[in-house]
Amino acid sequence: MKCDYACGTDSHLLARRQFLGAIGGGFVVGGLGAFTQGVAAEHLKSNQMRVLTIFLSGGVSQLETWDPKPKTDTGGPFRAIPTAVPGIHISELLPKTAQHMDKLSIVRSLNTKNGDHGKGRYQMVHGRNQMPGIDNPHLGAVCAKGLERAASPLPGFIKVQAGGRGNDSAYLGPRYNSISVDGAPPANSARVAGLTPEVDQFRQDLRRKANQQFLARRRTAETDVYAQSYEQALQLMEKRDVFDVSKEDAKEHERYGKHDFGRHCLMARRLLENDIPFVQVSHTNYDTHNENFNFHLEQMGEFDTPFSTLISDLHARGMMESTLVVVMSEFGRTPRINARYGRDHWGNAWSICLGGAKVQPGAVIGKTNENGTKVIDREIDHGHLFHTYLSAVGLDSMSTFNIAGRELPLADPSRSAIHELIS
Amino acid sequence: MDITKTHIEKDYKAGQPLLSSCFSRSGEYVFVGSEDYKVWRFQVSDGAKVEFDTDAWVRALCISHDDKTLITGGYDGRLIWWNAKSETSAPTQTINAHDGWIRTLALNPDGKTLASVGNDKVVKLWDSTNGNLKQELKGHESYVYNVVFHPDGKSLVTGDLYGNIFDWDLTTGEKKRSWVAESLTKYDKTFRAQIGGFRGMIFNEDGTQLICSGITNVSNAFAGIGNPSVVIFDYTNGEQIIEHLSKGPLKGVAWNVALHPEKFIISSTGGSGGYLLFWKPGEKEPFHQLKMPSDVRDFALSPTGTHVAAVHSNSHLSICKLDEKTT
Repeated sequence: MKCDYACGTDSHLLARRQFLGAIGGGFVVGGLGAFTQGVAAEHLKSNQMRVLTIFLSGGVSQLETWDPKPKTDTGGPFRAIPTAVPGIHISELLPKTAQHMDKLSIVRSLNTKNGDHGKGRYQMVHGRNQMPGIDNPHLGAVCAKGLERAASPLPGFIKVQAGGRGNDSAYLGPRYNSISVDGAPPANSARVAGLTPEVDQFRQDLRRKANQQFLARRRTAETDVYAQSYEQALQLMEKRDVFDVSKEDAKEHERYGKHDFGRHCLMARRLLENDIPFVQVSHTNYDTHNENFNFHLEQMGEFDTPFSTLISDLHARGMMESTLVVVMSEFGRTPRINARYGRDHWGNAWSICLGGAKVQPGAVIGKTNENGTKVIDREIDHGHLFHTYLSAVGLDSMSTFNIAGRELPLADPSRSAIHELIS
Repeated sequence: MDITKTHIEKDYKAGQPLLSSCFSRSGEYVFVGSEDYKVWRFQVSDGAKVEFDTDAWVRALCISHDDKTLITGGYDGRLIWWNAKSETSAPTQTINAHDGWIRTLALNPDGKTLASVGNDKVVKLWDSTNGNLKQELKGHESYVYNVVFHPDGKSLVTGDLYGNIFDWDLTTGEKKRSWVAESLTKYDKTFRAQIGGFRGMIFNEDGTQLICSGITNVSNAFAGIGNPSVVIFDYTNGEQIIEHLSKGPLKGVAWNVALHPEKFIISSTGGSGGYLLFWKPGEKEPFHQLKMPSDVRDFALSPTGTHVAAVHSNSHLSICKLDEKTT
């Protein structure tokens, strides 16, 4: 009996994590092994693209980050500072990031026409508006499939956060669902205590022998995938250290900061070095209806060091050319400052930052008016961004997935990439 | 004086939402910081305005004892001295004083020493006449929100975002002791951020009580869901004597606090509508709450105790008389 996956292909007959869950009560993961820096760089330079998104939950203020409007009625108390790119200024809350703007670019003309958290998050990570009855795959799932490493036992879509398995791959099937990891090796991924390597080897040999006997008479696609999954799980168990951020040197932890976001950025570096196609890190929270300035002072202060350290490291290790980095949020915040020194939800004129892979560095796309209340040049939305992300990692965003005979477009066909941003 | 008859006697409009308020010692002027990156001097009698171009948001205002000099502390970290009475104001002195926002200024009892605090966590003491740095006090590990001199002039008290109150010996420059104002700070686990700090801090006349204001009972930091609070500590042992709350209770922050010569306590609140709040000593609930036209972000008590100058998020300055209307 075939599993009822949308595409019906053998590769989807038994999802990796479905299998892993069955054997472990959790998932088993691993990787190519923890590379040394030099080996990683050499390996990764010659390989495929990968993506890192940093999601600033709650709706970060574009005025306190990428599109400051100092000395205007909406500007707030913070100043704009020069960056490594002459003529580009960002908020003074990002002094370390400012030094790396020659590796990054800014889109300042985003109009997503939405002020709802859930809908905004959906827009930004699915590239489309949320519609009843229609489910689209997460950017991470699209990248996990589009950038899939055939020989790798690693999951393709990892969220660095507490939690378990996601359900965000839609019609692409559970193979491309996200897995959440929080800096420690996954539960049940080590060999059972008391089981010696020799005994374990004997066990595996016995299983293989039984399989061979069975397959000699009853071989099907299902049994092949089932047997393959066991072998894959064994490979994954050998690589469990990839997910153990404590293996990083204490100095690295110091550089990134000893708080969740710092640890998660270091974890992201570790995952990217191990060639995970898509990694998502989140930083919370930016939903500052009250005391926007005090809270952005706190949150951006925590963001700036780990993020700039990560960009610096990716650059130093030769990985920026093959790693798309995007800092996004579900929307921006109102230019108008409310009575509580807060800013409210605002999707009509806001910004993101991105860089690496094929993204032209040091660029600013689009423009808002003097006090940031509307886009006045090169208006784009989440659909355009989705195309841009895929194009930046070498995928044809106008192409389709063939799912059970249906041609499903990777991105919204009514939009296209920001071509001038792609080199 | 019938406080329950407090009313807005004069209403003046500025160009942008207002941030801070300070009376001249004569009571002739009110200085207000504004979101237009300026401080404005309003003549109380007729609302005539003079601009002080601070080029930054200013929440820290201070008037010299001789009433001739205004000192502003900006969110750009600069201290600026101004001729308070000039009609065409220009700075007389500017100092890059702090790395980051200056949140509060205070003068010692003889008016010769100025204290400034802010986001660089350093308490700085200056010669108020010439701007020379006299002393730096270090030890806070979060943004310093407020500062006040003890009436005896020998001690200084500072308070930070985390609710820490430091008592400094000005003779040695050492921290004598510290305690925490538990009800005026909170880490919001949902939003992963600290909220609180001291939005007002004063001593009573004989220095036996430290009076602090801010926000308490915070259930949602990022929506500002909490209640205005004024907490009084026994200065001799740091123990809380009483917490004054609002009727309702109201939502928002108690922006600043003042002790009236007739011993009652005044605060203002903004966050979900503006109010002036009045408490009698020893009573938790206010004996009067006056609804204001807009959220109050700061206020100042006039030197004679007859008026309050409240500044609003709707750009208005309300000069409130603490008594019934005169016919």
